[in-house]
Amino acid sequence: MGAEIIRLSGLTKEYGHQAVVRNLDLTIEKGEIYGLLGPNGAGKSTTILMIMGLTEPSSGSIRVAGVDPVRYPVEVKRKVGYLPEDVGFYDDRTGLENIVYTGRLNGLSVSAAKSRALELLERVDLTEAAHKRTGTYSRGMRQRLGLADVLIKQPEIIILDEPTLGLDPEGLRRFLSLIVTLSRQEGLTVLLSSHHLQQVQQVCDRVGLFVAGRLIAEGDIPALSKKLFPNELIAYEAGLHRGARADADWIPMRSRAADAVRHAEGVRNFHVEGDRLFWESDTESGHEIARNVIASGIDLTYLNRKEYGLDEIYHRYFSTVAKS
Amino acid sequence: MTIKEKMKAPVVFTGNPAGLFTYAGRETSHPFWLMVEKEISDHVRSLRFIIMMVLIALTSIATVYLALGSLKDAIKPGDPEGSFLFLKLFTVSDGSIPPFHVFIGFLGPLLGISLGFDSINSELSRGTMSRLLAQPIHRDYIINAKFVAALIVISGLFLCLGLLVTGWGILKIGILPSFQEFLRILALIVLIILYVAFWLNLAIFFSIKYKQASTSALASIAVWLFVTVFYGMLVSLVARSVAPSEFAPPGQIIAYQKLVQNLGRLVPSQLFSDATTTLLMPSVRSLGPLTMEQVHGAIPSPLSLGQSMLVVWPQLTGLIAATVVCFALSYRAFMRKEIRSR
Repeated sequence: MGAEIIRLSGLTKEYGHQAVVRNLDLTIEKGEIYGLLGPNGAGKSTTILMIMGLTEPSSGSIRVAGVDPVRYPVEVKRKVGYLPEDVGFYDDRTGLENIVYTGRLNGLSVSAAKSRALELLERVDLTEAAHKRTGTYSRGMRQRLGLADVLIKQPEIIILDEPTLGLDPEGLRRFLSLIVTLSRQEGLTVLLSSHHLQQVQQVCDRVGLFVAGRLIAEGDIPALSKKLFPNELIAYEAGLHRGARADADWIPMRSRAADAVRHAEGVRNFHVEGDRLFWESDTESGHEIARNVIASGIDLTYLNRKEYGLDEIYHRYFSTVAKS
Repeated sequence: MTIKEKMKAPVVFTGNPAGLFTYAGRETSHPFWLMVEKEISDHVRSLRFIIMMVLIALTSIATVYLALGSLKDAIKPGDPEGSFLFLKLFTVSDGSIPPFHVFIGFLGPLLGISLGFDSINSELSRGTMSRLLAQPIHRDYIINAKFVAALIVISGLFLCLGLLVTGWGILKIGILPSFQEFLRILALIVLIILYVAFWLNLAIFFSIKYKQASTSALASIAVWLFVTVFYGMLVSLVARSVAPSEFAPPGQIIAYQKLVQNLGRLVPSQLFSDATTTLLMPSVRSLGPLTMEQVHGAIPSPLSLGQSMLVVWPQLTGLIAATVVCFALSYRAFMRKEIRSR
């Protein structure tokens, strides 16, 4: 990691007078998995098409592995594997034939393409279906075949446009773990777009949040939530270990523990529910509070700091935008 | 690699004319020829091509068979075309069905349309276009490969058909075609290929313009019907309304005749039928009206191939131009098309 492999600067794409991508600056480093996140129509696919040299930007510059895709699209396509949204294959050919064709278009000989194709089909778990027509494949199988198709050219970067669309949960889990494994083993840089937050969160090193053609926030998940909600309090929840204590013993013990929390610095909105304590804080003080509670003579069963998932980030972002 | 190993080497797309296009003797092919190979194997395997091929082969057999039967009635003593007996195979008919060249003029466009009408839009709707475009190839390879592959298929089909019919004729009538006749037959085949290529390009153009394969098929067939059926009616309608009186001066009548003919020649089917007639009937000296002065003193002998070619040269250039224009339009439309996933 460290070396930048994709750099977009001041990238803009307009159709007529409508800007689909506006003044986008984005840097992706070698070996990372980057998620482009945003609702439908946010300009993710258009950005990807411009990176691949399939659409010309209205202004701005792009460098992909040191090459300008506007001037040398074929060079870029040699280095970048692209899995389009809802990928299609020649239905009357077998899966093997389909990706051997791709391999040969990339300059492999028949025998080299075939042996590499078989190897890849094994990795994506399609060995048994290799000689079946792709018309008979399920959605998940097509998606995995698409991954093999992208990898046969031995790319430096792979770009996946909405790769998780229409996959069932199990297929999704397998597909994502496949991407992570491949990326880590081969040192591939992966750029994937999605509007499914949960999934992106699982696999991406960094994500960029895309709304209406603009990149509004970027970074890993905690950085993203910090950036989007700077004044947000951190929510904590702690479970107290009651054991077999009778009420008479328990209630004073609990109030001692509660006091230990309540009087700590920065704690607000404190309340107790049975064996559980809830509070919010504007500082990262969980470890100190835990020590205080234990010093008061009660063990903790758990201490949980609630982190904002992408869902929350997403939802909150749009509700604040809608309000303003 | 030994020969034995080579024979064992995997053949991936069976039914392609492989190997033909491998360059520099290596095992890898140029991507363009690879795509042509794939397109050809797609065409040859497709049911619709097989149906069209059977249809064309059957009609050819039927027309030539009937021509063989009525050949002896067709030759009259003193006929200037008597020495071109062999060409009569393609032009004579007993009246029950039209002769060979008319049938081909009718079915050829259908073949061209069937090979081209879904060439681009089917790739788009199957979602294979964006995958193909992500490979390191130039964009125009796609449309060029589509055109070249279909052209190769058409050429193969009509060369085989023409030569088979010739061979059959030799066996049946026992007369060898003269070298001139053979050249005329070859010229006819080239002409047919050119004519079908025009319709192929038109269909490819519609396949770029319309997203649905059915729309582009309908559009192509509509143009074909208009050109072959309705345009003639339209011209005769116009002709009737501007017809000069019987007693008009000859200059006016000739001008009128020329106008009607030239109107008819605006469509490629007329160009094709003019050209085939001239090629197959060496006695045809002009496609326009001839005055008595021009005919006076002419010896009723057939024209040489070169002279016949001179007569149809404008038709030929017209057909080539129409084909090139169609291809240029498709090329432009395709290169400007924004390709997104389906």
